[in-house]
Amino acid sequence: MPSLIDIRRRIRSVKNTQQITRAMKMVSAAKLRRAQERVVSARPYARLLQSVLSDVAAALASDERVSALPLLAQRPEKTIQLMLVTADKGLAGAFNTNLIKASQFFLEEHAGATVEIEAIGRKGRDFWRKRDTVVSGEYIGLSGKVRYSDAEGIAKKAIERFSNGEIDAVYLINNEFRSVISQKLSVRRVLPVEIPAGAELVDFIFEQPPADMLASLLPKYVEIALYGAMLESTAAEHAARMTAMDAATSNASDMIEKLTLYMNRVRQASITKEIIEVVSGAAAAE
Amino acid sequence: MADTFELEICTPDKMLVREQVSDVQIPAANGYLGLLPGHAALLSELGTGEMSYTAEGRVRHLVIHGGFLEVLRDHARVLTDAAEKADEVDEARARISLQKAQARLEKPVEGMDVARALNAMKRAEARLKAAARNK
Repeated sequence: MPSLIDIRRRIRSVKNTQQITRAMKMVSAAKLRRAQERVVSARPYARLLQSVLSDVAAALASDERVSALPLLAQRPEKTIQLMLVTADKGLAGAFNTNLIKASQFFLEEHAGATVEIEAIGRKGRDFWRKRDTVVSGEYIGLSGKVRYSDAEGIAKKAIERFSNGEIDAVYLINNEFRSVISQKLSVRRVLPVEIPAGAELVDFIFEQPPADMLASLLPKYVEIALYGAMLESTAAEHAARMTAMDAATSNASDMIEKLTLYMNRVRQASITKEIIEVVSGAAAAE
Repeated sequence: MADTFELEICTPDKMLVREQVSDVQIPAANGYLGLLPGHAALLSELGTGEMSYTAEGRVRHLVIHGGFLEVLRDHARVLTDAAEKADEVDEARARISLQKAQARLEKPVEGMDVARALNAMKRAEARLKAAARNK
């Protein structure tokens, strides 16, 4: 039977852990609010860009120059770049595990092609570095403060490699922020660009040749897709961590309760034992 | 016909302006454009410079850096890489970056990105102009 002191020590240790998880939960809650605001305020640009893009594309629908644009070129997918947006830190429940599982599944699905991983976030990099998959690029420490220029740089590199024919497609895996308790895993292709449909044909005045305009809109569209994904991922990460730490805090409470009960039993048992000893000692002396 | 139309100015980070306006002057890639209510549908790329619009009888100034303009029915959408309201321009910083860009252009170093320096100079000039306008 463990001694009373051991149990007390154990309870103190669980209490300390609980304090840490509680603090982490509150930090994540504060960070989540900020991240959430950024996700929301970045949405209008993406929405407007999408509608401008589809308007331009609709005006150009019958133009054969469109299919000549490098960013729309459909090729057999022999070499694929997979952008994997994970968190830099763990302790966020299944947040990173789900992403990594999805990327493994992606590799199995595209077993016929060469897949290169572009790791945005430490967790994804650490996982794939240990395996014999090419990690073509790694970007660590961005999720703390996602900046547009970071997303722009990563996207530009992918666009260049795609236009040069080094890669035939670019896919993006990230967690999307749905609500505080749910994240949605998203896997989608960003290159070649798929023009969003649904625009009505309007007779626009074009200040620049429409094909030129489409050519400068497309890279922006890719950049925005990545930027949005990174913002979503950050918000989702904080939400996941908040939920995980909340669960950890309440688990710690349960554990403290159980240990306290056990400690009292042990204490009582030892008191009973002492009384028996005293009583039997007295009986023997008579 | 309505005497105002909706102007939306958006950067990747946020929606900066969403107002009913009566006229807009905007630096397109091929020179300034003026927009009034009932303008025909138009698409254009944007340059770097100072733009202004009139809302509720007051003229407001902004600096924008590149992007796209779409005019359709009763709204104008400005998608720009960066935008600053004239009263938010940090004049001291703009002046410093202007001097830096000028210095770089005067003494070109081998392998220097001239286009980038020119761009930086244009940007700084536009910001200073807008800031002066606001006084």
